[in-house]
Amino acid sequence: MKKVLLPRSLPELWDQLQTGSEAVVYAGGTDLLVKLRNKVFDPPLLICLERIEELKGICEDSGVIRIGSCTTHAAILDEPCIGRHLSVLDKSLRVLGSPPIRNMGTIGGNICTASPAGDTLPSLYALNADVELLKRTGKRRMPIKDFITGPGRTCLEEDEILAAISIRIPQEYNVHHFEKVGQRNALACAVASLSSLLRISADGVVEKAVLAWGSVAPTILTCAEAEKALIGEKLSLLRLQEAAAMVRDAVRPITDVRADADYRRTVSGNLLLRLMEIQHTPTEDIAK
Amino acid sequence: MDVTFVLNGKEVCIDANPDRKVVDLLREELHLTGTKEGCGAGECGACSILVDGETRLSCLMLAAQLEGRVITTIEGISGPEKEALHPVQESFIEHGAIQCGFCTPGMVLAAVHLLEKNPNPSRQEIREGLSGNLCRCTGYVKIVDAVERASRSMERCRFKTVKDGA
Repeated sequence: MKKVLLPRSLPELWDQLQTGSEAVVYAGGTDLLVKLRNKVFDPPLLICLERIEELKGICEDSGVIRIGSCTTHAAILDEPCIGRHLSVLDKSLRVLGSPPIRNMGTIGGNICTASPAGDTLPSLYALNADVELLKRTGKRRMPIKDFITGPGRTCLEEDEILAAISIRIPQEYNVHHFEKVGQRNALACAVASLSSLLRISADGVVEKAVLAWGSVAPTILTCAEAEKALIGEKLSLLRLQEAAAMVRDAVRPITDVRADADYRRTVSGNLLLRLMEIQHTPTEDIAK
Repeated sequence: MDVTFVLNGKEVCIDANPDRKVVDLLREELHLTGTKEGCGAGECGACSILVDGETRLSCLMLAAQLEGRVITTIEGISGPEKEALHPVQESFIEHGAIQCGFCTPGMVLAAVHLLEKNPNPSRQEIREGLSGNLCRCTGYVKIVDAVERASRSMERCRFKTVKDGA
């Protein structure tokens, strides 16, 4: 029998999360309890963060949106500032899991699970999100791309938790696009996904581009070469095809039960071609 | 450990292993076998319950997490009279939205939660609202029909209540 603790505050958590306690920390449990069931590991102590109010909620201050790590996906979707300012994140949350999974799972859990297929991750990379890490003795902060070090691996220390994510509201993009290819629409792990932030001028020239792919490399893949290929050019199928070829070279996909590596490679390029079809608001309406 | 929570309107206190899965506790200790375990991994929705009014998966919750919560299982959604069914349940029966019945408790609870958040869903919104619940008899069309009709009959009830109250 495992001990399960539900601390109600951070001071209570620090007392329970002692070095050497071999505790495993979780929030929504949607990934961890599946791993326990499959006997991936067998910790003597589980600490559930769901009751710590300091780790929940969303606030917007001085152009930065801060999301507590234990905020559920459903609660984030219910917050109007997310759809208004971080539409690419909103779109990836809408296709994450299923309604009950979104009621349980949290953004901090999605990040700490560090699956290459984590649905929020390409958008958080594209938005250049920072993670705030907390332990009894202090806190540190780093870009999400430095936090996630490999599939299922982060640089979280034993007595440390992810407390929040902060994102500077991007003013400069008029396209927030996310697309996930899976075996079905709901309850599907991504076979490949792409988050795109673009600024397209009134005459159709791409002025800025940030692209991040999920499920096609050990961690989220960005491709500066493909971004450069689009910037300064009018958005056209030809340009997108050139950029798609660069991405297909850059990806490092695996073959698994959902798709084989070649399919993932092809799809990661094809996802870019979709940018031809998207509508955008004219650049006059957004900030420089 | 003792876990105290409200279950289908009544406070219960039960001695349980803190790491016991909620679905097992409900079925094996509390004998509420309406909640089904399908996949045990959060992918089928058969074990859905309402926790503080929201659908959650009882296969991915541990007994300790029940402390202080308000839990509703399929056994708890009908009216105060013993035989009274919830309008969603009535509608499932009317539309033949049940085949083997294994997914039904989860489907009904997902529909109840959906209609509480969105009393007038479109068919697409119903499909999205139920997208966490798998039916392996492939009876989705009748299920969507049933939820659509339940939303209309529940709306008529609300209208009537408002009129009666006025």
